[in-house]
This record gives sequence, C-alpha cells and structure tokens, in this order.
Amino acid sequence: MSLTEKDKAAVKSVDAIGAEALGRMLLVYPQTKTYFSHWPDLTPGSAPVVSHGKQIMGGVTEAVSKIDNLRGGLLELSELHAFKLRVDPSNFKILAQTIMVVVAAMFPNDFTPEAHVAFDKFLAAVALGLSERYR
Amino acid sequence: MVAWTDLERVTIKDIFSKIDYEVVGPAAISRCLIVYPWTQRYFAGFGNLYNAAAITSNPKVAAHGKVVMQGLEKAVKNMDNIKATFTELSTLHSEKLQVDPDNFMLLGDCLAIVVAAQLGKDFTPVVHAAFQKFLAVVVSSLRRQYY
Repeated sequence: MSLTEKDKAAVKSVDAIGAEALGRMLLVYPQTKTYFSHWPDLTPGSAPVVSHGKQIMGGVTEAVSKIDNLRGGLLELSELHAFKLRVDPSNFKILAQTIMVVVAAMFPNDFTPEAHVAFDKFLAAVALGLSERYR
Repeated sequence: MVAWTDLERVTIKDIFSKIDYEVVGPAAISRCLIVYPWTQRYFAGFGNLYNAAAITSNPKVAAHGKVVMQGLEKAVKNMDNIKATFTELSTLHSEKLQVDPDNFMLLGDCLAIVVAAQLGKDFTPVVHAAFQKFLAVVVSSLRRQYY
C-alpha cells in the first residue's frame, strides 16, 4: 500500500491549510501575536509559521482520529496548552474561524453550509477538549 | 475615531466592488441561520427554516440578506463615521428587534467565510485583515446603543 498522488495532494493541502491559517491569524487578529514573541518572523509564509502551522494541523488531524472521545483523547495536548503554553481558550475560537476561512477560500464549492456547521461543531469540540485541563 | 490606513480604505472599497451583493448577502444570512441555529429566534416570521435546504431557498431570508448588504454599503461609504451612520440601526436592533449583540459577530464570521469563498486567492491575508477590522468596527457601532 503506497500513497497515491491524490493522497499526497490531500496530505500536503492539510499542511498548507495549517500554515496559511496560522499566518493569517497573526495578521488578522494581532492580539494572537503575543503568544509568539519568541519567533524572529511572524509574517505569513515565514519558516516558523509554516512549520508550526503543520504542527497544529497535525493536532487537528489527530483530533479527527479521536473524534469519538475528544475530551479524553486530547488530555495531553490540553495539559500542554493549559500548563505550559497558557493560551487563553478564547483564542481557540479565533484559530478555528481562521482555519474555516482558509478552507472556504481553497474549496469554495465543497465548503457548503452543511460542511461548515459540521466543521464548526467539530472545531468547537476540539477547543473544549483542549480546555479540559485548564481548571 | 477609527484610524484607517490608505491601504485599508482601498482594500475595503475593492472588496465591496468585487463581491456580488445578491449572492453574498443571502449566503451569509443563510449560513448564520444554519451554522448557528439559535439565531433563528429573530426570524420567526420568515416561514420555513426547518433545514439547510429550506433556509437556503427561503425568499424572505434572501431578501434580508440584501438588506444587510445595503447596510454594510452605507458603512463603506462613510468609513470615517460608521459609529454615527449606524446610530439608528443600533437603536433599531437594541430596542425594537432586541437582538443579542453577541450575534453580530456570528454573522460577521459567516460573511468572512462567504467573501473568502467568492474571492478565493484574492482574499489574501492582508485583504482578510482589513475586512476583519471593518467587521469589528461595524459590530462595535451596532453595539453602541445598547443600554
């Protein structure tokens, strides 16, 4: 079993979505830059943004695989965000909206209202799972 | 007073010249009613909102989408004084329609997604940032007359 060209394209698009969404978020919602003061370059397309965008989408993809138990499945990531990163949970919503804007721009015909509500619900559930260990 | 850069002014006017009001307005309202169903509470008189298909094909929803776009266009034409331009609209939403102002950004988010879908690659991060700032100013102005 090896990856088809279509598989590779799908995987690459997930990484691209992550990089694009993160870069956009830092520009569109400047208050989110406060969490990345340790990066030399916060502009869309820069090396830290691209690689971190990939990491984030890796987390989202992991959440998809744990979709039947997000609260339990995301405990480790929740601890990371709660105790180490200390990200205010309102920012999860901001990133979720940005991811959806990117998806809408890349796949306008596929991101129907039905797909939108399902994805919004899913990202909200992921945010809830990530908030689990906060207090 | 909101400080708009020249680039932001040009970008906002450019966005509104490129998007099709007849498509974007109805699509944004429909999405809001579908993705955030509690917003339907303000549209009880609109008839069939039973499912996504009904909402998308509902003529009253579509008509209201165009009304929203006309309101936004007023803001685009008065970018230096959106607050005053929207005083009456804000009072309307607060006293007559009694809309929870937290809902305004829900529609804003749907607008961003619909505009992104229409403009595709042209909805660059810089364009997106200007649009989001515009939406924030509009929402803030609509919230002003709530006491």
